[in-house]
Formats: sequence, C-alpha cells, structure tokens
Amino acid sequence: MYPRAFTYHRAGSLQEAVTVLSQLGEGAKLLAGGQSLIPLMKLRFANPVHLVDLNFISGTSYVRELDGALHFGPLTRHAEIEKSASAARVPILLDCAAGIADVQVRNRGTIGGSLAEADPSGDWATVLLTISCEVQCTGTSGKRTLKLSEFLKDAYTTALAHDELVSEVVVKVPPGNSGGAYIAFKRTAPVYPTASAAVQLTVEGDRCKDIAIGLGCVGLLPIRVNEGEALLRGQQITSKLIESAADAARVAADPQSDMRGSVEYKRQLVGALVKRSIHAALQRARGHQVEVSHIYA
Amino acid sequence: MPEATQNVFIQVRVNGKLHSREVEPRQLLVEFLREDLELTGTHIGCDTTYCGACTVLMNGAAVKSCTVFSVQADRAEITTVEGLEKDGELQPIQKAFGDCYGLQCGYCTPGLMLSALQLLKDNPHPDQKQIRKAIAGNTCRCTGYQNIFKAIETAAAVMRSAGHGD
Repeated sequence: MYPRAFTYHRAGSLQEAVTVLSQLGEGAKLLAGGQSLIPLMKLRFANPVHLVDLNFISGTSYVRELDGALHFGPLTRHAEIEKSASAARVPILLDCAAGIADVQVRNRGTIGGSLAEADPSGDWATVLLTISCEVQCTGTSGKRTLKLSEFLKDAYTTALAHDELVSEVVVKVPPGNSGGAYIAFKRTAPVYPTASAAVQLTVEGDRCKDIAIGLGCVGLLPIRVNEGEALLRGQQITSKLIESAADAARVAADPQSDMRGSVEYKRQLVGALVKRSIHAALQRARGHQVEVSHIYA
Repeated sequence: MPEATQNVFIQVRVNGKLHSREVEPRQLLVEFLREDLELTGTHIGCDTTYCGACTVLMNGAAVKSCTVFSVQADRAEITTVEGLEKDGELQPIQKAFGDCYGLQCGYCTPGLMLSALQLLKDNPHPDQKQIRKAIAGNTCRCTGYQNIFKAIETAAAVMRSAGHGD
C-alpha cells in the first residue's frame, strides 16, 4: 500500500524542523518513529503534503538523570528506554517501554512521537499521567514546558501549535517508598491493548501516602481515577479498599464498544487490571522486585 | 496535493553491498528491497505493521520494512535473508530452522530468522520466555511455533559454541 505522494524534508536540527513547519503550513507533518503515522498514511487516513523527517538529527535520543529527574530525548526509541539503567530505576517506565507492541516497533517508535500522536490506545500517556511528567515544547518563538495533563487535549490532539514539536520529556523520579506498575491486556503483542491500567503508589508504613491510577484505551484520553485515588489516600491499604478503587475505575472508564470488546466487558477488565496493578505497585513500593507483564488473551 | 514530488537520492548498504538510487519519498523500504534491488526474500504479509514477514535488520535492529520509508534507510546498513548465507554455508539460524522443521510454507521464515538473530546478538543465552517475547512481532500460521522455538534454541547453542558475533 502506498501513501499519497508527499514532499520529503530532512531536518538537520529541531530548530530547523520547526522553521520548516512554519514555512510549509498545515499540510506538513513531522516524522519521528513512524510506527503510527506510516500505517495511517498507508490507509490514507493521514495525507500530509510534506513530511519533515526528524530521524537524522543527532543528539535527540538519550535518557539523562539530572536533579532527581529523568530527561528523555524526543526521539528516544522505546527499545532504548527498555535497555536504559536509569529508566529501570522507575519500574513503571520499564513495564511500559518493554511492553509496547513488539521488538520491531519498539526499535523504531519514540517517546516524543507517542505523546505527540496522542492516540487513545497509546501506552506512554497513560503511564506518564500517573507520575510527575512535563513535556517541553519547542516552536519558532521559543520553548515552553507543559504538564502532561495540560499537553493532552483530546484524541489525537495536543497543545502543540502547528509549528511546535516535543523537544524533551521530563519525568520526576518517584521517592524510594513509591512503586508503580503498568499492565495492559492485549490479544497479541503487535495490536493495541483492549484496556490498560497504570498505578503509582507511595506508602508510609502500611498506609497509602499517595496514589495515582491511570486507565488507558477506555476513553478518548487516558483517564485518572480521582475517586478511587481519594478512597485510598491516607488510608491503611486493605483488600476491601483496593476492591472499591477498582469499582471506582469501572465507573470512571468511558470505553467504546468495538472488535476488542463491549463497553461492559472493558469496564470489568479495567477494574481487574487496576487491582493487579495496585498489588504489584504495593510490592514494589515495599522494595520487592516484582516482574509484571502484559496479559495476552 | 502536488502532482509529482521530488525523488530523493539515497545510499543504502544492503548485505554489505552499497546501492545508490533515486527513490520516491513514499516508497517503503520493503518495496525498495523487492522491486528496486530484486531481493524478494523479504516478504510482504499483512502490510499493516502486524505480521513481521517483512522484518529486516536496519543498523542491527529488527524493523518492519513495510513501516519504514526507503528515504529513512539512507546511509543505513540493511541485512535481509539473502545476506545470511556466507560462501555457500547457511547461517546457523537457517540451518536450525531446516533441521528443526521450524517452517512449513516458509512465508514468515525470513522475518522470523532476522528477529531471532537480533535476539541472539543481544542475548546469546535466551530462555524460553525471552525467545517468545523476541518473536512476538512475527506471525506464523503453519507451525504452531513449537519448532520455531526449538530452532532458535538450537541456533543459539550452535552460535555460542562457534563464537558467532552475528
């Protein structure tokens, strides 16, 4: 399948890319890993007139630890994050990076591209919404930094202006008494999850000091389960409370019925994923090594 | 929509041989390999980033060549199934797929072997779980995968004893 014809531009720097974007206007799109964009172009759902390739810009792929935060270059591939010792310090990041699609897609797909694409079924946004994450955006008129929750606007829609791009993703390293886990339910590796849940939990003794619960693929944007979080925050963690938080997740979910399942099925599923994620996050917050993996139908 | 777009000059090293060509920007790497270079060992299965039949190594990393534009492979090193055999000797992964009956129709086999080779380069001692994860992006509709796992384990052992770097 061939996409519509387009003119190819190869950017030599991020600054050059935004300049070219502003000159070319709305018909231009950026090409990062291309693992979402190229399939969309082949189906002719996306028909850019110009494509500005970011892949040849040096110095855009890195994971750096700086002042208690991890800084990700916009073109850092999922596979590089999967192998990064720095990212391994935040297990929920590893769950995400190592579980996206398959090896081939992880070798190409990028963290910046995933956030900028804002696909409702994408993995990164769901995970990063549960930890402190900022997105640095660079445009022709300079840089600005947005919280991820401000950056994500709607399905396939972000706060990026036409001539802006994601130039860095910054994640604060959670404290030592915090643990997180991300679990997706998928039919096979290369497909998008049916539903997913991300939990980052900070403990103080046997109490929950803080918790963030994120749901993926069950709404136009990733969903934070505020009511479920409020049930647990400050409380002693009991199975009953975890069950109530899962119930709150089922209510907060806003899924659509499709080939992957009915609305009711996805609500049930996402509740179960939240429970499993809370249990894994709790173990990790208590300093135990727990391996989690996505669940395949 | 422009009627015609400007072709782009690329230089790609495929199986050790440098190729210089002008390509249309929308051409996919798999088409470049099959149509321009006539290396038809790389197959098109689903053409939707799912099945992995088109898997090749790009600078040593497995990629689905139906989801990479040829222009992106400029200055890259590509390995296809045609590049595995050396001086008439099958690469251990090729021999193992044959010996273990790791294929039936053979359509998925080139892609599977290249995914397996990336695994064995990164991890010469893969366990069963790591093998499964490494080939999760490759679909086989004949074998039921069991003999493919055996083939990869067999190749891993052969390559370890022979000290294969690739």
